[in-house]
This record gives sequence, C-alpha cells and structure tokens, in this order.
Amino acid sequence: MEWASWSEFWRMGGYGFYVWGSYGVTVACVLIEVILLKRAASETRRRLKRMQQWEEQ
Amino acid sequence: MNLYTYASPANFYVLAGKLIPWFAWGAGILTVWGLYIAFFLAPTDFQQSEAYRIIFIHVPAAWMSMFIYLVMAFWGAIGLAFNTRLSFMMARALAPTGAMFTFVALWTGAWWGKPMWGAWWVWDARLTSELILLFLYVGIIALWAAIDDIRRGDRAGSLLTLIGAINVPIIYFSVKWWNTLHQGASVSLTKAPAMAAIMLQGMLILAIAAWLYTIAVALVRVRRVILERERQTEWVKAILEKGA
Repeated sequence: MEWASWSEFWRMGGYGFYVWGSYGVTVACVLIEVILLKRAASETRRRLKRMQQWEEQ
Repeated sequence: MNLYTYASPANFYVLAGKLIPWFAWGAGILTVWGLYIAFFLAPTDFQQSEAYRIIFIHVPAAWMSMFIYLVMAFWGAIGLAFNTRLSFMMARALAPTGAMFTFVALWTGAWWGKPMWGAWWVWDARLTSELILLFLYVGIIALWAAIDDIRRGDRAGSLLTLIGAINVPIIYFSVKWWNTLHQGASVSLTKAPAMAAIMLQGMLILAIAAWLYTIAVALVRVRRVILERERQTEWVKAILEKGA
C-alpha cells in the first residue's frame, strides 16, 4: 500500500489536480456515453412502436 | 446452423442481446481490478512521482482510439467489397466510442503534459496526428448523419474511413519518424522489472476492460441500428409488439 492516509491519496503527491482532472473527465465521458446510449435505445423503440401502431390503424 | 447464420441482422440482434451483459460485467470487473492496481499496487514513479498514474487511462485510451479506427476500417472494407449490411452497421456503431476514446487520450495527455512538460498542448507529430484522428471520427460521423440515403451514406462514410486509415500508422510511428516531445512506446521491458511488470499488468487489464466496454456499447448501438433499418420486417414488428 502506497498511502499513509486518504488525504495523501487525494493529494497524489501534489499532482492531485492533474490526476483527478484526467480520471474525472474519463469517468464523465464513459457515463455520458452510457446514459445517451440508453436514452437513444429506448427512444428508438418508442418511436418505432408508434410508427407501427399508426400503420396498423 | 453455421457461422453465417449470424450475418443475418435478425439472428445477430438476438445473439448481441445475449452477449451484452457478459461484456458489460467483464468490463466493470476488470476496470475495478485495473484501477486497484493503478492506485494501490503500482508504486510511486521515481521521476514523475504520482503524476504518472495518468498512464493507466492515457495509454489504453490511445490504443483504443487506433484499434477502433482500424476495426471500423475493416468493417467498412468488408461492406464495400461484399455489400454486407451488417458490416456497415458495425462500422457506424463503433465510431462514437472511437471518438470518445480519442478525446480521452488527448485530454489525459494534456493533463499529463502540463505538469511534466509545462504545456497543455504542443504541435508535436504524435499529438497533431492524434488530433487529426479525432477530426476524422467527427467527420465520418457527420458524413453518416448528413446523408439520408442509408446505402449511399454507408459507402461514403466507409470510403472516408478507409482513406483516413493512413493516419493510424502515422500516429503509431510518429514518435520514431519525427523528433517529438512525446515519449516513445510505453510498453517496454527496459525499466526496472518489478515496477514495469505491475504497471504493465494494470495497463493491460484496463486496456482489456476498454475493449469489453467498447464491444458492449457497440452491440447496444448496432441493435438500435438494426431495429431502425429492419423496421418493416415481421421479426422487428414481433419484437416491438412483445416489448422485449
């Protein structure tokens, strides 16, 4: 184990800003992609279903 | 039943649906394991202190940005050569994730460059060619979005992907061909062995996690494209009816 305490862990030897800036944005990118994808998938299903119902009428 | 069964969108849709949870869970577990190595097992670097820990996302993201592009080019080439519908759909499904990893590689590179080089950005061969890769992804996605005719769009986008593929070896070899600020290939065994081994292990685990993640999201995306394009068929109507 490299870290004596949690505050030392967050400080990252004085490079915390850069390390967490990198990891934070990466996590945000992945989360945004997953959320957008889920939304788009359900939106597509809803839209296709609506179209299908119109055609049946 | 043979392998070609899955070249049909209807069968592939079902197969993809079954595979997605496995890839997603695999990606999640490997990410946790890789990050544990990155932050708790990998020792402090004697030159860069803790700033080097950015490598654990920077290198896998940069690898993915190039791999995904090559896979897209491969599917594009197959589609252009054999006119297989599913190949074009795969190419389209991969592009957004490729663009995302390219952005992450550039971003983490900037946030690593600032403390180590003193600059967020330099117009160096490696950085510039990676930026061109991002523009290629964005251009291809925009081209696909701009052409309403699906078949023409597929062909135009894949042609652009293939032409742009020349950039990938340029990125990869840029650190050898030009005198750049960017360091050479990180995966080497010339450093202190114990250190290099655990670092390499963390990086490879996160790279595999990134692969599994990419496959999972690409399959979700390709399923959406399949539904959209096959909406007139009976099997899609049946699926929508069921709500499954």
